Amino acid sequence: MYIGKVIGRVVSTVKDPGLASQRLLIVQPLTPAMQPTGKQIVCTDSIGAGAGELVYWTRGKESSFPFLPVEVPTDTTIVGIIDQLRVAG
Amino acid sequence: MILARVVGTIVATRKDPRLDGKKLLIIKPVTPEGKDEGSYLIAVDAVGAGFRETVIAVTGSSARMAEGCKDRPVDTAIIGIVDTISLDKGATKGS
Amino acid sequence: MLMARVIGDAVATVKNASHEGQKLLLVQPVQLDQTTPRGDAILAVDAVDAGPGDLVLLVTEGFSAMTAVGRPDSPIDMAVIGVIDRIDLVDAATPA
Repeated sequence: MYIGKVIGRVVSTVKDPGLASQRLLIVQPLTPAMQPTGKQIVCTDSIGAGAGELVYWTRGKESSFPFLPVEVPTDTTIVGIIDQLRVAG
Repeated sequence: MILARVVGTIVATRKDPRLDGKKLLIIKPVTPEGKDEGSYLIAVDAVGAGFRETVIAVTGSSARMAEGCKDRPVDTAIIGIVDTISLDKGATKGS
Repeated sequence: MLMARVIGDAVATVKNASHEGQKLLLVQPVQLDQTTPRGDAILAVDAVDAGPGDLVLLVTEGFSAMTAVGRPDSPIDMAVIGVIDRIDLVDAATPA
Protein backbone atom coordinates (compact mmCIF):
# COMPACT_ATOMS: atom_id res chain seq x y z
CA MET A 1 0.00 0.00 0.00
CA TYR A 2 1.12 3.54 -0.66
CA ILE A 3 1.03 6.71 1.42
CA GLY A 4 -0.69 9.81 0.03
CA LYS A 5 -2.59 12.98 0.74
CA VAL A 6 -6.03 13.85 -0.60
CA ILE A 7 -5.61 17.08 -2.53
CA GLY A 8 -8.81 17.30 -4.53
CA ARG A 9 -11.71 15.57 -6.15
CA VAL A 10 -12.98 14.86 -9.63
CA VAL A 11 -16.59 15.20 -10.69
CA SER A 12 -17.60 13.17 -13.72
CA THR A 13 -21.09 12.77 -15.09
CA VAL A 14 -20.47 10.59 -18.08
CA LYS A 15 -18.61 7.55 -16.79
CA ASP A 16 -18.66 3.79 -16.61
CA PRO A 17 -21.86 2.63 -14.86
CA GLY A 18 -19.64 0.76 -12.40
CA LEU A 19 -18.34 4.10 -11.18
CA ALA A 20 -21.83 5.42 -10.43
CA SER A 21 -22.02 6.87 -6.90
CA GLN A 22 -18.26 6.51 -6.44
CA ARG A 23 -16.32 9.48 -5.11
CA LEU A 24 -13.21 10.13 -7.12
CA LEU A 25 -10.43 11.82 -5.15
CA ILE A 26 -7.11 13.19 -6.35
CA VAL A 27 -4.21 11.86 -4.30
CA GLN A 28 -0.62 13.05 -4.18
CA PRO A 29 1.66 10.12 -3.27
CA LEU A 30 4.07 10.97 -0.43
CA THR A 31 7.29 9.66 1.05
CA PRO A 32 7.38 8.89 4.81
CA ALA A 33 8.99 12.35 5.16
CA MET A 34 5.80 13.82 3.63
CA GLN A 35 7.55 14.86 0.43
CA PRO A 36 5.52 14.53 -2.78
CA THR A 37 6.69 11.65 -4.95
CA GLY A 38 5.44 10.65 -8.37
CA LYS A 39 2.37 11.77 -10.25
CA GLN A 40 -0.93 12.73 -8.71
CA ILE A 41 -3.55 10.06 -9.27
CA VAL A 42 -7.30 9.60 -9.16
CA CYS A 43 -8.52 7.11 -6.53
CA THR A 44 -11.88 5.68 -5.68
CA ASP A 45 -12.61 5.97 -1.98
CA SER A 46 -13.78 3.05 0.17
CA ILE A 47 -13.65 4.67 3.62
CA GLY A 48 -14.86 8.27 3.33
CA ALA A 49 -11.61 10.22 3.22
CA GLY A 50 -11.66 14.01 3.06
CA ALA A 51 -9.58 16.82 1.63
CA GLY A 52 -6.15 17.18 3.21
CA GLU A 53 -6.21 13.82 4.97
CA LEU A 54 -3.22 11.49 5.08
CA VAL A 55 -4.35 8.17 3.63
CA TYR A 56 -3.06 4.89 2.28
CA TRP A 57 -4.18 3.37 -0.98
CA THR A 58 -3.82 0.18 -2.96
CA ARG A 59 -2.90 -0.39 -6.56
CA GLY A 60 -4.11 -3.09 -8.93
CA LYS A 61 -7.07 -5.39 -9.15
CA GLU A 62 -7.36 -5.70 -5.39
CA SER A 63 -8.42 -2.04 -5.39
CA SER A 64 -11.86 -3.14 -6.58
CA PHE A 65 -12.37 -5.60 -3.70
CA PRO A 66 -13.72 -3.16 -1.09
CA PHE A 67 -16.75 -2.64 -3.30
CA LEU A 68 -17.65 -6.31 -3.84
CA PRO A 69 -20.11 -7.63 -4.86
CA VAL A 70 -20.36 -4.46 -6.95
CA GLU A 71 -17.74 -4.64 -9.68
CA VAL A 72 -16.09 -1.26 -9.82
CA PRO A 73 -13.56 -0.69 -12.61
CA THR A 74 -10.83 0.87 -10.49
CA ASP A 75 -7.12 0.23 -10.05
CA THR A 76 -6.41 2.70 -7.24
CA THR A 77 -8.50 2.93 -4.06
CA ILE A 78 -8.09 4.66 -0.72
CA VAL A 79 -8.45 1.96 1.96
CA GLY A 80 -7.44 3.72 5.18
CA ILE A 81 -6.84 7.05 6.92
CA ILE A 82 -3.46 7.22 8.65
CA ASP A 83 -3.63 8.57 12.21
CA GLN A 84 0.05 8.23 12.92
CA LEU A 85 3.07 7.26 10.85
CA ARG A 86 6.03 6.20 12.95
CA VAL A 87 9.44 6.19 11.33
CA ALA A 88 12.20 4.55 13.37
CA GLY A 89 15.50 6.36 13.90
CA MET B 1 8.19 -13.95 -18.86
CA ILE B 2 11.64 -12.54 -18.45
CA LEU B 3 15.18 -13.72 -18.94
CA ALA B 4 17.33 -13.49 -15.83
CA ARG B 5 20.56 -14.66 -14.32
CA VAL B 6 20.79 -16.37 -10.93
CA VAL B 7 23.08 -14.30 -8.72
CA GLY B 8 22.37 -15.47 -5.19
CA THR B 9 20.26 -17.18 -2.60
CA ILE B 10 18.14 -16.02 0.31
CA VAL B 11 17.86 -17.76 3.65
CA ALA B 12 14.79 -16.96 5.73
CA THR B 13 13.79 -19.13 8.68
CA ARG B 14 10.74 -17.16 9.78
CA LYS B 15 8.45 -17.02 6.77
CA ASP B 16 5.02 -17.95 5.50
CA PRO B 17 4.69 -21.72 6.10
CA ARG B 18 3.62 -22.26 2.50
CA LEU B 19 7.13 -21.25 1.46
CA ASP B 20 8.73 -23.95 3.62
CA GLY B 21 11.07 -26.09 1.55
CA LYS B 22 11.04 -23.65 -1.35
CA LYS B 23 14.38 -22.45 -2.66
CA LEU B 24 14.50 -18.65 -2.89
CA LEU B 25 16.92 -17.31 -5.48
CA ILE B 26 18.02 -13.78 -6.27
CA ILE B 27 17.82 -13.15 -10.00
CA LYS B 28 18.83 -10.20 -12.15
CA PRO B 29 16.94 -9.58 -15.38
CA VAL B 30 19.18 -9.73 -18.46
CA THR B 31 18.80 -8.85 -22.13
CA PRO B 32 18.80 -11.70 -24.65
CA GLU B 33 22.46 -10.76 -25.24
CA GLY B 34 23.18 -11.47 -21.57
CA LYS B 35 23.63 -7.90 -20.38
CA ASP B 36 22.28 -6.97 -16.96
CA GLU B 37 19.23 -4.77 -17.09
CA GLY B 38 17.32 -3.27 -14.25
CA SER B 39 17.60 -4.41 -10.71
CA TYR B 40 16.86 -7.73 -9.02
CA LEU B 41 13.96 -9.93 -7.98
CA ILE B 42 13.55 -12.74 -5.47
CA ALA B 43 12.03 -15.82 -7.07
CA VAL B 44 10.88 -19.25 -6.00
CA ASP B 45 12.81 -21.90 -7.91
CA ALA B 46 10.49 -24.46 -9.52
CA VAL B 47 13.09 -26.18 -11.72
CA GLY B 48 16.31 -26.62 -9.73
CA ALA B 49 18.29 -23.72 -11.19
CA GLY B 50 21.84 -22.97 -10.02
CA PHE B 51 24.22 -20.06 -9.61
CA ARG B 52 25.06 -18.10 -12.79
CA GLU B 53 22.52 -19.97 -14.92
CA THR B 54 20.32 -18.01 -17.26
CA VAL B 55 16.68 -18.75 -16.50
CA ILE B 56 13.14 -17.92 -17.55
CA ALA B 57 11.06 -16.33 -14.80
CA VAL B 58 7.39 -15.50 -14.66
CA THR B 59 6.02 -12.71 -12.51
CA GLY B 60 2.66 -11.70 -11.11
CA SER B 61 -0.27 -14.01 -10.47
CA SER B 62 0.96 -16.38 -13.22
CA ALA B 63 3.85 -17.36 -10.95
CA ARG B 64 1.42 -19.57 -9.03
CA MET B 65 0.88 -21.66 -12.14
CA ALA B 66 4.44 -22.94 -11.70
CA GLU B 67 5.05 -26.44 -10.37
CA GLY B 68 4.39 -26.57 -6.62
CA CYS B 69 3.41 -22.91 -6.33
CA LYS B 70 -0.36 -23.24 -6.48
CA ASP B 71 -2.13 -21.29 -3.71
CA ARG B 72 1.17 -20.12 -2.26
CA PRO B 73 2.22 -16.48 -1.77
CA VAL B 74 4.54 -16.46 -4.77
CA ASP B 75 4.80 -13.52 -7.18
CA THR B 76 7.93 -14.54 -9.07
CA ALA B 77 8.90 -18.09 -10.10
CA ILE B 78 11.71 -19.60 -12.13
CA ILE B 79 10.11 -21.93 -14.63
CA GLY B 80 12.93 -22.79 -17.02
CA ILE B 81 16.67 -22.97 -17.49
CA VAL B 82 17.87 -21.52 -20.78
CA ASP B 83 20.05 -23.78 -22.92
CA THR B 84 20.64 -21.42 -25.82
CA ILE B 85 19.25 -18.19 -27.19
CA SER B 86 19.44 -17.40 -30.87
CA LEU B 87 18.78 -13.94 -32.12
CA ASP B 88 18.24 -12.32 -35.48
CA LYS B 89 20.94 -9.68 -35.08
CA GLY B 90 19.21 -7.26 -37.41
CA ALA B 91 16.03 -7.41 -35.36
CA THR B 92 17.68 -6.46 -32.10
CA LYS B 93 19.83 -3.60 -33.32
CA GLY B 94 19.60 -0.68 -30.98
CA SER B 95 18.14 -2.68 -28.12
CA MET C 1 9.45 -10.62 -4.26
CA LEU C 2 11.75 -7.87 -3.07
CA MET C 3 14.01 -7.30 -0.12
CA ALA C 4 12.95 -4.45 2.13
CA ARG C 5 13.99 -2.88 5.42
CA VAL C 6 11.34 -2.26 8.08
CA ILE C 7 11.64 1.44 8.96
CA GLY C 8 8.45 2.05 10.93
CA ASP C 9 4.73 1.45 11.03
CA ALA C 10 1.41 3.19 10.58
CA VAL C 11 -1.62 3.46 12.81
CA ALA C 12 -5.02 3.84 11.17
CA THR C 13 -8.40 3.82 12.88
CA VAL C 14 -10.59 4.33 9.85
CA LYS C 15 -9.71 1.62 7.36
CA ASN C 16 -11.08 -1.21 5.30
CA ALA C 17 -12.53 -3.92 7.55
CA SER C 18 -10.10 -6.51 6.17
CA HIS C 19 -7.22 -4.50 7.66
CA GLU C 20 -8.60 -4.67 11.22
CA GLY C 21 -6.16 -6.33 13.58
CA GLN C 22 -3.35 -6.32 11.02
CA LYS C 23 -0.02 -4.62 11.63
CA LEU C 24 0.88 -2.12 8.91
CA LEU C 25 4.64 -1.93 8.45
CA LEU C 26 6.42 0.95 6.76
CA VAL C 27 9.07 -0.73 4.62
CA GLN C 28 11.75 0.61 2.31
CA PRO C 29 12.55 -1.73 -0.60
CA VAL C 30 16.33 -1.99 -1.00
CA GLN C 31 18.89 -3.02 -3.60
CA LEU C 32 21.13 -6.09 -3.22
CA ASP C 33 23.58 -4.11 -1.05
CA GLN C 34 20.72 -4.11 1.52
CA THR C 35 20.92 -0.35 2.05
CA THR C 36 20.39 1.59 -1.19
CA PRO C 37 16.68 2.46 -1.52
CA ARG C 38 14.79 1.01 -4.45
CA GLY C 39 11.85 3.34 -5.01
CA ASP C 40 9.74 4.88 -2.28
CA ALA C 41 8.87 3.39 1.09
CA ILE C 42 5.46 1.70 1.16
CA LEU C 43 3.03 0.16 3.64
CA ALA C 44 2.75 -3.62 3.83
CA VAL C 45 0.64 -5.90 5.98
CA ASP C 46 2.77 -7.99 8.33
CA ALA C 47 2.33 -11.78 8.10
CA VAL C 48 5.37 -12.85 10.15
CA ASP C 49 5.64 -10.43 13.09
CA ALA C 50 8.61 -8.49 11.75
CA GLY C 51 9.99 -5.45 13.54
CA PRO C 52 11.97 -2.25 12.94
CA GLY C 53 15.38 -2.87 11.39
CA ASP C 54 14.48 -6.32 10.05
CA LEU C 55 15.41 -7.18 6.47
CA VAL C 56 12.28 -8.81 5.08
CA LEU C 57 10.76 -10.57 2.07
CA LEU C 58 8.10 -8.38 0.50
CA VAL C 59 5.49 -9.71 -1.93
CA THR C 60 4.17 -7.06 -4.29
CA GLU C 61 1.24 -8.84 -5.85
CA GLY C 62 -2.30 -8.95 -4.52
CA PHE C 63 -3.19 -12.62 -4.22
CA SER C 64 0.10 -13.48 -2.56
CA ALA C 65 -0.31 -10.65 -0.11
CA MET C 66 -3.94 -11.44 0.70
CA THR C 67 -3.43 -15.14 1.26
CA ALA C 68 -0.32 -14.52 3.37
CA VAL C 69 -2.51 -12.77 5.92
CA GLY C 70 -5.53 -15.01 5.36
CA ARG C 71 -7.79 -12.28 3.99
CA PRO C 72 -8.88 -13.29 0.49
CA ASP C 73 -10.70 -10.74 -1.67
CA SER C 74 -9.26 -7.86 0.33
CA PRO C 75 -7.67 -4.63 -0.86
CA ILE C 76 -4.16 -5.73 0.15
CA ASP C 77 -1.40 -5.42 -2.46
CA MET C 78 1.78 -5.82 -0.37
CA ALA C 79 2.72 -8.08 2.53
CA VAL C 80 5.80 -9.00 4.50
CA ILE C 81 6.01 -12.79 4.31
CA GLY C 82 9.46 -13.58 5.64
CA VAL C 83 12.37 -12.32 7.71
CA ILE C 84 15.67 -12.72 5.87
CA ASP C 85 18.45 -14.37 7.88
CA ARG C 86 21.14 -14.22 5.23
CA ILE C 87 21.72 -13.60 1.57
CA ASP C 88 24.51 -15.24 -0.42
CA LEU C 89 25.66 -13.73 -3.68
CA VAL C 90 27.66 -15.36 -6.45
CA ASP C 91 30.45 -12.84 -6.13
CA ALA C 92 31.04 -9.66 -4.18
CA ALA C 93 30.94 -7.65 -7.39
CA THR C 94 27.28 -8.44 -8.00
CA PRO C 95 25.55 -5.64 -6.07
CA ALA C 96 25.06 -2.74 -8.43
